[in-house]
Order: sequence, then C-alpha cells, then structure tokens
Amino acid sequence: MSESEHATYDQSADVGQPTSNARLAILIVLGAEIMFFAGLIGTFLVFRLGSVTWPPPTQADVRLPIGITGINTIVLLLSGYTMIRALRTVRRGLQNQLRIWLLVTGVLGAIFLIVQGTEWVRLVHHGFTLSSGVYGSIFYVLIGCHALHALLAVVWVLGVLAKAVAGRFSADQHLGVEICAIYWTFVVVLWPILYVLVYLV
Amino acid sequence: MNDHANESHDHHHEESFVSKYIFSLDHKMIGKQFLIYGLIMFMVGGGLALLFRWQLAWPDKPLPMIGVSQEYLDEGEAVSEADRRWERWGEDDEENWFERTMYGGIIGPEFYNALFTMHATIMVFFVVVPLLVGAFGNFLIPLMIGTRDMAFPVLNMLSFWTSVLGAVILMAGFFVPGGHAAAGWTGYAPLSSVPDFTGVIWGQNLWCMALIVMGVSSLMGSINYITTVINMRAPGMTYFRLPLVIWSLFIVAILLLLAFPVVASALALLLFDRMAGTSFFLAEGGGEPLLWQHLFWFFGHPEVYILILPGMGLASEMISVFSRKPIFGYKSMVFAMISIAFLSWVVWGHHMFQSGMNPQLSMAFMTTTMLIAVPSAIKTFNWLGTLFRGSIQFTVPMLHTLAFVSMFVIGGLSGIFMANSPVDIHIHDTYYIVAHIHYVVFGGSVFALFGAVFYWFPKMFGRHMNAALGKIHFWISFIAFNGVFFPMHIIGVAGHRRRIHNPLDTDLAHLQGINEFITMCAFILGAAQIILLVNVFWSMFKGRVAEQNPWHANTLEWHAPTPVPHGNFDQIPRVYHGPYEYSVPGAETDWIPQTQSDGEPSRDEPIAAGATAD
Repeated sequence: MSESEHATYDQSADVGQPTSNARLAILIVLGAEIMFFAGLIGTFLVFRLGSVTWPPPTQADVRLPIGITGINTIVLLLSGYTMIRALRTVRRGLQNQLRIWLLVTGVLGAIFLIVQGTEWVRLVHHGFTLSSGVYGSIFYVLIGCHALHALLAVVWVLGVLAKAVAGRFSADQHLGVEICAIYWTFVVVLWPILYVLVYLV
Repeated sequence: MNDHANESHDHHHEESFVSKYIFSLDHKMIGKQFLIYGLIMFMVGGGLALLFRWQLAWPDKPLPMIGVSQEYLDEGEAVSEADRRWERWGEDDEENWFERTMYGGIIGPEFYNALFTMHATIMVFFVVVPLLVGAFGNFLIPLMIGTRDMAFPVLNMLSFWTSVLGAVILMAGFFVPGGHAAAGWTGYAPLSSVPDFTGVIWGQNLWCMALIVMGVSSLMGSINYITTVINMRAPGMTYFRLPLVIWSLFIVAILLLLAFPVVASALALLLFDRMAGTSFFLAEGGGEPLLWQHLFWFFGHPEVYILILPGMGLASEMISVFSRKPIFGYKSMVFAMISIAFLSWVVWGHHMFQSGMNPQLSMAFMTTTMLIAVPSAIKTFNWLGTLFRGSIQFTVPMLHTLAFVSMFVIGGLSGIFMANSPVDIHIHDTYYIVAHIHYVVFGGSVFALFGAVFYWFPKMFGRHMNAALGKIHFWISFIAFNGVFFPMHIIGVAGHRRRIHNPLDTDLAHLQGINEFITMCAFILGAAQIILLVNVFWSMFKGRVAEQNPWHANTLEWHAPTPVPHGNFDQIPRVYHGPYEYSVPGAETDWIPQTQSDGEPSRDEPIAAGATAD
C-alpha cells in the first residue's frame, strides 16, 4: 500500500527528545496556569469593561497603592533578573555565586510578598474587603492568586537553595534550578500584566 | 493477611500487595484501577437515572421495593416490611433530608433536582473521562507507542488517587444536611450561587470542590500523556505512525489541560460567592450571572469533545482491524481531530442562544458550530470508506463499533438542528437536547468504550471475555438504548422541558405514554449492564486464556507478551510501518505488524532491555 515505501527502517524516523521530560512537564503546567489566570483576568475585564465608572460608584473612594506597588513591581522584575543570573552561574558550575544569586532571588521575592501583605492589611483597615462589591472581590481573588503562586515560588527557590548549599548542582546537572527558574519567570512575567490591568488602567 | 502471605510466594519481586494493587506505579495497573473505578461510578450514575426515570413515568408513585406499598398510602396501614421501615424512620424527632424529600420512596422535587444533577455530573466527570481517558489512556499510550511506562509514574498514581478523593467528596454530598447539589450539572448562577434558591448548602460546595479536585487529577494525567507521547515513542514511531487512538488521547490531553483550569477558576469564584460573601455572579452586588455561563461553557464545549474524541480513536482502531483494511484517509482523520479540537474553543456560545446574548453574536457562534460538522463528517465518511468492501468480521467489538458510528451519526445530525439559533429557540432545554447528548455520549462514546473493553480485555487481563454474553449484552443494550433515547426527540419537539419534576402537572400529560415506554426501556438498559459486569468480572478469572495477538492486529501492544509483564517489552520494539497495513497485496498474512522489518535485518543494535528514553 502507499505506506510500504517506509517499510525499510529509516533512521531519520528515529524520534529524538526535543527536550527533557521534566522541562516539558513544567511548560505543560504553565499552559494550565495561563488558562487559569486567563479565566480570572477575563472575569476582571468583564467587570472592568462592563461598568461605566471604575471603581464602581459604591467603592469610588478606594485608592489602590499605585506608587508603592510600582516599586514592588520593580523589586519582582529584579528578582527575575537575579534568577537568570543564578541559572547562568550554575551552567558554568560556580557554586558560591549560585547560592548568592538564589538567596538574593528568594529575598527579593519575600520582600515583594511582605510589601503586598502590608498593603493588603492597610486596604482592609480602610474597609476595602473581599465582600465589598465586585471591585474588592476581583481585586483580592486575582491579586491573591498571584500572591499564592509567588509564595509557592519563594518556597521552591528556598528549597533549591538548600540543595545548592548541599552542593547538589553542577555544570552538567542543574535541572532543578532550571525548572524552578522557568516557574519563577512565569510568576515574574505575569505580575506586570496584573499591575497594569488592576492598578493602572 | 492471607493475601499478603500468598503474594510473597507468587511474586518474587519485592512488590507487596499494596504496591502492586493499591499504590501501583505501573501504567497498566493504574489503567485497570481506572476501569474498575469508572465501571462502579457508571453503575451509580445509571442508578440515579433510573430513580428519576421512575418519577417521570409514574409521578409521585412510591418506588418499587424501596418505597411503601399502595395500601399504606391509601389506608395508612403498614403491610410490607418497607412500610414499617419508613414508618419507623418517620417517627424520629429529627427530620433528615432523605425523609423530607423522598418520604415513603416518593421522589420529591428537591430530591429529583439532586438526582438529575448528580446523574450528569457523575457520568460526565466521573465515568466517561476516567474510563476513556483514565483507563484506556493509561493502558494504551505506553504500550502503543512502545515504551516501558509513563513519563512520571508517581504522578500517574497520584492522578488516580486524587480522582478517587474527588469521587469521595462528591459522594459525601448525598449525606450532608440540605442534600446534594441541585442546580443542574451546568450549575448556572445565581441558582447555584445563592443557597436559598435550591435549599442546598453544603451539597453545592462539595460539588464545586469535587470538580476542582477532579481537575487537578486530570491535570496530572494530561502532563503524563503529553510528555509521554512527545518524548517516549519507540524508535521509528513517528507522529504519523501513531495509532489514531493515541492521536485522539494526545489531543484530548491538551484539551483537558487547557479547558479545566478555566472552569476551576469559575468554580473558585462560585465558592467565594457561596462562602465568602462575594458577588461575582450576583447582579445585585454588581456581578454578572452570564459570566458563569461564559466561563462554564468555554470549558464545557471542549469538554464535550473530550468525551467523544477518545471514542472516535478507539472506534478507528477496531473498525480497521475488523474490516481487515487500512483506515481510510489516516492523515485526514488526524487533521479532522485537530480541527475539531481547535473549533471546540470558539463554539461555546451555542449553549447560550437563549441566555440573552446579542443575536449577532449568536450568528457568529452558529457559523462556527456548523463548521464542526465538516471534520465530523470527514471522520464518518472515512469510517464508512474503511468498511466499504472490507472483509468485515462481526465480532463483539465490531458490533459495538458499528453501533458507535451509526449512533454518532444520529447524534451529530440532531446537533445541527440545535446549532441553528432560530430552531434552538424552540427546542432549547427540551428533551431534544437530552436525546442529542445521549446519542453522542452514550450511543457514541460508551458503545465505543464497551467495544474497547472487549477488544483490549485479552491484553489487559490475559483472558477473553465471553462472546455469547457479549452479544446478548450488545443487542439488549443497543435496542433498549434506542428505545430510551429516540422517543426523547419526539417529546422534546412536543415541548417536554428537560427538568420538569412531574409532567402530569403541566401541559405534557398527553405524552405520558411515551414517558412510560422510555422508562421501561431504561430499566431494561440498566439491567443489561449487569450482564456486562458479570462478563467482566467472571472473565477476569475464568475466561478463555488469550493468545498474544488474538485479533491479528498491527499495533505495538499486541507485540508485547500476554499478560504484559512489568516493563511491557522484552526489548523496546522498532517501528517500520504505519499502524493500519492490513490486506497488503502480495504480503503473506493479511496483517503486517508495525515491528516487521520486511526481511531486512535491523541495521542497528537492538536496544538493551531496561534502557528507556529519558
């Protein structure tokens, strides 16, 4: 039949691996994460575009902390840079520098979370809560979901740091750092989108 | 304890009973676990359907056997054991939910709502997906692509046990105060988001949680399937030598991966509405009830294709093997599935023609929906092309496959009516849609599934299922199935709404004869499934011992020894052929296994046992 010309073994038909299983898996997970946030961002846009004034009239007095969150955005973007540096150093097998860059990344991520947390406390004291209309609801759910992801990322970086301190990574073996870096990049890249949508526009 | 003692003799590996049968990491055992789990949930979901079918045929009459006798209702005198039981139950001071909603075995409106909601939820999320994607995905993917196991065996095991956790959470809903979720399987807000509307409190919350847990389980499964198919194919197994069932499962894994997170976000918002006082889906708090429908159906329509695509793949395998012909138009089959998958993302609005959507938007969704008929028709045409002038063998799997093709055509044709926005205004939310969904999912997917259980049973358990019982089960099921669902088209067009509790209270009383006929057929259909269960469990231990390749099929799973050992193959096979080279002119046999090298010795060293691609 038409397929019979392939009958002899054809070496070009050998299937190589485009990438390692673990790297592929984290990319697949990120695909799902993107769809999860797409659902939430879509919800936000429905409310945002559907209302004549934003914030809605009942929460017109709410002022989100644009300035301090802007600085916080820069902190998170910086942590993205330090993560890339960590990855570069481990590719060259520099153990000490890897530990330093991972530590700096983790600390920057923690600063981001702490600032976010204190701002939330201030907002809640101003009477802006989860149940104060859709504005509060979508703000806390959307930003909170990102914060949960950031928290997980910080814990993950600290875990990788512990392994780095134990000397488990080398120039050839650093999949753990790489996968953590991919996830970290996702958390970092997602944030400016949320900042622009929720705080600025 | 006995088990454990026997196990240590039978298995010289260090595998204990727990690691072999419970927390197994072997993809074949996990597939079988999903199979048993799915079949059990199938019986539960079917049982719920029989309960509400009873109410529809004989409204407000006590259930047979469980309910009280007619004399008791008329005279108040307990005559049967059931009467006395209900009477005793009624004397308790504390009124529980069952007692309030089905006293004496009469199904009240609240219980009825919970019944149809849970029937659909269980069948969609806990039966069809675990059986088609969980059981056959796990069992077939590593075997058919020629590898030793899934990419992430531990994740695979967790995926199964997470779905069991989901089922436990779902089942718990029947026993909480207020009863189970009663807002329909679509959970439309605000019906689902305000407890006062249905009277359901924890049932609906548990429903949301169970679905989110199921989503996590399918996410883990998807990661495994996609990674395994991309990275672990045997040497020579190019994408266009993959069997169509692997293509379908691969595409379904991608759909599940991208669709479920969207409904997970919607379910999370719904939970916030119910439990934290937000108002995402409540107009009075500034929310948007339609938003739920958009988010749900954005997931829901890909989900519909998640339910049917694996059935299409399974049917393609069997139709080619039992026609002894190559599948007609292999590549067009693949591209048809890919285009169905793409189109499934842009048709969700056709569920909302009646929800107050802009009519111009309806027009757009109508067009995209009708486009889906094109790839579906290509697939049907190709199945018929495969059958045409083939040497058809009417084995049990083939009977089921032919049922799949014909029932899918009926389901597909009725779908075109509903895709049409003006027609849909009349038949929306009637039994017409109920008939349509069941022709596609039961007549389509489930018949393909029954066939696939017969077809792969010899490889799964090393024994054949009983063909005579199989044919009896098939013919009773097939006839009863049509008896149940075909008349639903008629009462649907006549205006029978799909969630009516008592048709006699409405203008539908003249359709009652048809309703009674449907219910009688439904009980026959339910009873026929007992034959299937008996056949499965009897054959598992007592069936005829199977050969390595009983159907003379080409694909790699038949190249593995029967029963398949841990690690699947002695050596990782090399693939020289596409999967469907049957009745090749000039060939000695009418099948050419994918591993056959046409006499030319392999140019490469055989791959050492134990070496996996990673």
